[in-house]
Amino acid sequence: MSTVTAPQPPSGSLQTPDAATIQARIGLRGPITYIGVGLISLVFFALLTPADDTTRFMVASSRDYVEISPFAVPSQATAMVLSLGALALAVWATVLTFQRRRVATWIPILFGGLVLLAFLVWVMAGNSNALPLTILLTGALTLSIPLIFGSLAGLLCERSGIINIAIEGQLLAGAFLAVVVASLTGNPYAGLIAAPIAGAIVGAGLVLFAVRYRIDQIIVGVVLNVLVIGVTNYLFSTVLTQNPQALNSPPRLPTLPIPVLSQIPILGPVLFNHSFVVYLMYIVVAVLQVMLFRSRWGLRVRAVGEHPKAADTVGIKVNLTRVRNTILGGAVAGLGGAALVSAGLAFTKELTSGKGFIALAAMILGRWSPKGALAAALLFGFADSLRQVLNNLGSPVPSQFLSMLPYLATIFAVAGLVGRVRPPAAEGIPYVK
Amino acid sequence: MKLELRGITKRFGSLVANDNIDLTFETGEIHALLGENGAGKSTMMNVLYGLYDPDGGEILLDDQPVRFAGPGDAMAAGIGMVHQHFMLVPVFTVAENVVLGHEPTSAVGGLIDLTEARRRVKEISDRFGFHVDPDALVEDLPVGVQQRVEIIKALSRDAKVLILDEPTAVLTPQETDELIAIMRQLKAAGTAIVFITHKLREVRAVADRISVIRRGKVVGTASPQDSAADLASLMVGRSVNLGVDKAPAQVAEATFRVEHLTVIDPVGTRVVDDISFEVRRGEILAIAGVQGNGQSELAETILGLLRARSGSITLDGQELLGGSVDDVLRAGVGFVPEDRSTDGLISSFSIAENLILDLHGEPPFARAGSLSPARVAENARLRTEEFDVRLTSIQDPVSTLSGGNQQKVVLAREMSRPLRLLVASQPTRGLDVGSIEFVHKRIVRERDAGTPVIIVSTELDEVLALADRIAVMYRGKIIGIVPGGTDRDVLGLMMAGVPPQAAEHQAAEHHTLLGGSDPAAPADRDEEIP
Amino acid sequence: MTTTDTLVAPSAPPPAAEGERRNLLQQVLDASWLTIILAILMALIASSVLIAAANSQVQATAVYLFARPSDFFGASWDAIFGAYSSLFRGAIFDYEATTAVRRIRPITETMTASVPLIFAGLGLAVGFRSGLFNIGAQGQVLVGAAAATFVGITFSMPAGVHLVIACLAAIVVGALWAGIAGFLKARTGANEVIVTIMLNSIAVYLISYLLTTQLLAQGGTRPISPVVADTATFPLLLGSGFRLHAGFIVAILAAWAVWWLLERSVLGFQFRAVGANQNAARTAGIRVNLVFVLVMLTAGGLAGMGGATQILGTDKSLQASSAGSIGFDAITVALLGRSRPLGTVLAALLFGALRAGSPLMQTSANTPIDIVQVIQASIVLLIAAPPLVRELSIFHRIATLFGYSMKGARA
Repeated sequence: MSTVTAPQPPSGSLQTPDAATIQARIGLRGPITYIGVGLISLVFFALLTPADDTTRFMVASSRDYVEISPFAVPSQATAMVLSLGALALAVWATVLTFQRRRVATWIPILFGGLVLLAFLVWVMAGNSNALPLTILLTGALTLSIPLIFGSLAGLLCERSGIINIAIEGQLLAGAFLAVVVASLTGNPYAGLIAAPIAGAIVGAGLVLFAVRYRIDQIIVGVVLNVLVIGVTNYLFSTVLTQNPQALNSPPRLPTLPIPVLSQIPILGPVLFNHSFVVYLMYIVVAVLQVMLFRSRWGLRVRAVGEHPKAADTVGIKVNLTRVRNTILGGAVAGLGGAALVSAGLAFTKELTSGKGFIALAAMILGRWSPKGALAAALLFGFADSLRQVLNNLGSPVPSQFLSMLPYLATIFAVAGLVGRVRPPAAEGIPYVK
Repeated sequence: MKLELRGITKRFGSLVANDNIDLTFETGEIHALLGENGAGKSTMMNVLYGLYDPDGGEILLDDQPVRFAGPGDAMAAGIGMVHQHFMLVPVFTVAENVVLGHEPTSAVGGLIDLTEARRRVKEISDRFGFHVDPDALVEDLPVGVQQRVEIIKALSRDAKVLILDEPTAVLTPQETDELIAIMRQLKAAGTAIVFITHKLREVRAVADRISVIRRGKVVGTASPQDSAADLASLMVGRSVNLGVDKAPAQVAEATFRVEHLTVIDPVGTRVVDDISFEVRRGEILAIAGVQGNGQSELAETILGLLRARSGSITLDGQELLGGSVDDVLRAGVGFVPEDRSTDGLISSFSIAENLILDLHGEPPFARAGSLSPARVAENARLRTEEFDVRLTSIQDPVSTLSGGNQQKVVLAREMSRPLRLLVASQPTRGLDVGSIEFVHKRIVRERDAGTPVIIVSTELDEVLALADRIAVMYRGKIIGIVPGGTDRDVLGLMMAGVPPQAAEHQAAEHHTLLGGSDPAAPADRDEEIP
Repeated sequence: MTTTDTLVAPSAPPPAAEGERRNLLQQVLDASWLTIILAILMALIASSVLIAAANSQVQATAVYLFARPSDFFGASWDAIFGAYSSLFRGAIFDYEATTAVRRIRPITETMTASVPLIFAGLGLAVGFRSGLFNIGAQGQVLVGAAAATFVGITFSMPAGVHLVIACLAAIVVGALWAGIAGFLKARTGANEVIVTIMLNSIAVYLISYLLTTQLLAQGGTRPISPVVADTATFPLLLGSGFRLHAGFIVAILAAWAVWWLLERSVLGFQFRAVGANQNAARTAGIRVNLVFVLVMLTAGGLAGMGGATQILGTDKSLQASSAGSIGFDAITVALLGRSRPLGTVLAALLFGALRAGSPLMQTSANTPIDIVQVIQASIVLLIAAPPLVRELSIFHRIATLFGYSMKGARA
């Protein structure tokens, strides 16, 4: 039997701190971001605002069921209170981080809300017009619908392991077919039914190349976008312009106010006074959220996206799952395309103008979950709506910067400034037995 | 249930991985498939499990021919498999992993009935005394427990035939003992067990029947009573020298020191926890331990791939910590990474390019930022000759080489410059016996040239074959440093976290089945194929 | 030593010796040049369906297709031939033109159009070879164009010097813009695909904002910059009758430089090593994060230079839409060129030809230029999937009767 000795630390070793006290470095990125943003809010939105300016808000117009007259608040004081509140939260989050405790989810949300309000107060300070909050929020929801469908399409694909850069093309194809079918039939609902078919065809193309020919999914996505843009542009320039009356004048999807609910002040007009496609979005988000995380289908899809081989060994058809999900995703994006033109818009070249990429961004920011995607898309929709409202009212911020907002937010998100994002592990990797 | 393979043939391109294989597996029997790495064992099991389509032959269940289009069919037919690389989704819970593919659902909407899923896990877990928490995330579990989850997964589908593919590779001797107990329990309950391994010791301890596979063919059957030497020569096809020829170490001064080294991963785990040791010129220090106890991180920290939180690493008095990988390599450290295909070689690069991977910026290969193809080729010719790399052309992608030859390319590169320290992680993982012999010989030769050598290995056999001293790691700490010939039961207990003295006592009281006191084999540790 | 070494792992590709046994038929039909030619032909055929379908004459004859099919096929042929012949006349050689200058003018237009595509395509090729999927050429071209424009309209310098400074500005700004993605990837692991996509959109809004300011609009009211000074423009190569400028020569030199960088330089070795296997590169002491940044700087510099040639060589003034679709076309150029410098130049010439020829096609054959995008995308999709080309190809179908195996083909 061998002799056993305990490890002897080498003689003359350096004096090091007690091993137990050495801990992981504290991530400073979070606290710095919070406090930085809070300070910017305090300085720019509060301190630099002229003291005697006021900001006027309008919450409900005379057209609404309940009318609330516009009201004004002192700009500097309000922005100051909001900014200080945000800073307090920032300090609280910093303390939590240093105590190695978890920062609860509501903290960043409330923080963002306060800074956003401070921004609104600042942007409208001294403006003779009142900021129409209801219109702003209604616009935010309407503008975010295509983004929501788009990012749901993205996550349906990516949860199964297929990267969908072709959301843009799927939205565009959906919008195109929706316009043409709605115009031909004179029925906007026919367009709504047709749009998913177009999106699904693009999705089928994506998955054909990704699964059968195992081409890099990003390449396929990028090229499919170019292809769909090319085809729709071409058809627009030829067939649609030859006969715009029959082919490119879709009727508007009618507004269906929900009884009772639509009469609630503020919330009613914002949430419950829309066309069918908006209510469809509510349903799709809720159903997907439950199905993805609680159902047999969802468990299998996520298994395929995380560890396809493990899924295969328990008898789940990996590639079939991917094909189904990608086509389904394409169809959902097609719905988004239909939503884009649901107000009776005629088709124009590159109508989507990059919305597919914002949808992709919303999916990432929402961490591949339907409710996250919903929240992120609403945020982006809000930025867009704000840009439109401020364009009409006049503002100190150039509209281009508001347009940049979604893209900047996404870069911050993927750079980890707002927490780690973790995509499905098998994303983008073709499955070969 | 009786499962039979008849004339199974499977080809990959020109390679015949399985050549006309006939085998029968019967209820209540542990049937070991013995073969060295690359012999075709796993291919055959993947055919049996429906993952590969055979090119010829048939599978019979109770004398009825069956066709498996996929693992789903195989499972439905009562075949379960515990894969060498676990087939578990890391971000799912134990219960989710177990029910995946045959989920219990509630009446409405196809939602998963998690209560039922947990109950299934608990039921099997209790029956075999597994103590597995159904709600734990798999990625948080140690490998030994993950393996139990795999077994639960197979049993929850009423597997009548259970295939275990190299199941002991990740276990300590004591855990292996427990696994063997489970196998016997299953056998008693009427399960047919197929035990795939290349470890003679385990086969002899547990198998009822042994089939030996070599180069894709069943070359014979053996009985557990056959001697290890006979089994080994059957497996390899020639008589094998079961040990490593090495002279006693000519130890000189210690030139490599690690002091109070602590490494913390991004999640905050102390993957290397206040480690101190030294390595002397002319000795091989083996770092042993179960996979995932900080050995890989220690090796990567020495190379400068990971940042240490505190401590120091010195080579000939020069501090290595804080330097880049390039600095460490220039200081004279040769590094054989644990996974040659991901870390050691660039598979699409040519053999010649791979041989200058870490020297590409230095003369004579580069001058003024420009590479010299002629010098690169000349170097490749010399190195491949010296290391006996079997190749067609040095301009072929390195991926065209066999695993053994690929590893030789890595060794040739790392040993092509004067070394002051050699660190080799899992230097023979997945290699055939011939290549293993070659690699071990070169490592010992480097030691004899006076280089301090660190071997990181999870294979106790390899550790015992090579090491002059053995440091056992457990949860980021060095639990003890013991001499080369230490009893494998003691090492096994240390690998499970028992301090050296206590381990010695416990081992004396209770020997494992495979432990050191097998009277039939006096020169015990030399018995194994390393 | 045993012979067990010859047993390679099942996942390894078949040994090289097998290549010798492949017969001539197999070799010829699997050659990549054949795939490329077939892919281009198939893309043209697919697009001709669209051309015919949108033609009013064809639509009219389709109504009585079964009564008189010859009318339908005649009209289709006329539409397709008209479109492609005018595309050829606009891009290569105008055989209907009256003067010699007009006849050869199209090919010079093709070369001119290819210049920014070569630069941006080379930039993307460097990224692809290094494992970085840079979708951001569009933004890099645009900011490079803006930087060149700014120098071109703001300073007055001697001819030549002005041009060089303007190009340098474009290279630096383009490199820095792409460098953001490289830096973020190196520091935080941010996915470069996402970041560069986002940077494209940000660039468009940033430039359209700057076009409303003194910086680029310089007193104008429309969002378009003044014309750059003559001292900052590329000299014309064939006199004032042609638009072909010296940027073409610089582009060819750049292609050679990129070849040297990737194939012969130490830095290029590192780029390729990181592209092929980051982990192995890191283990071999290559500073992978530094390589990420350097690759993006190189890619952005080249794309920025592409933007400069567009303004200083062709457009002479900047708009938010100046980059056109150069950046996205460059992706298809680099893919078609298989990320090799020579391939990229050839692909850029092909797509340059499509761009140069499409206006004539639109005016004389009534086929909108948008068909070019369809052709481009189809070519790249087909090139990326050689098995698909083989499946669709009549030659390969026939060859299977003579023992050709599609499954045995190398990808």
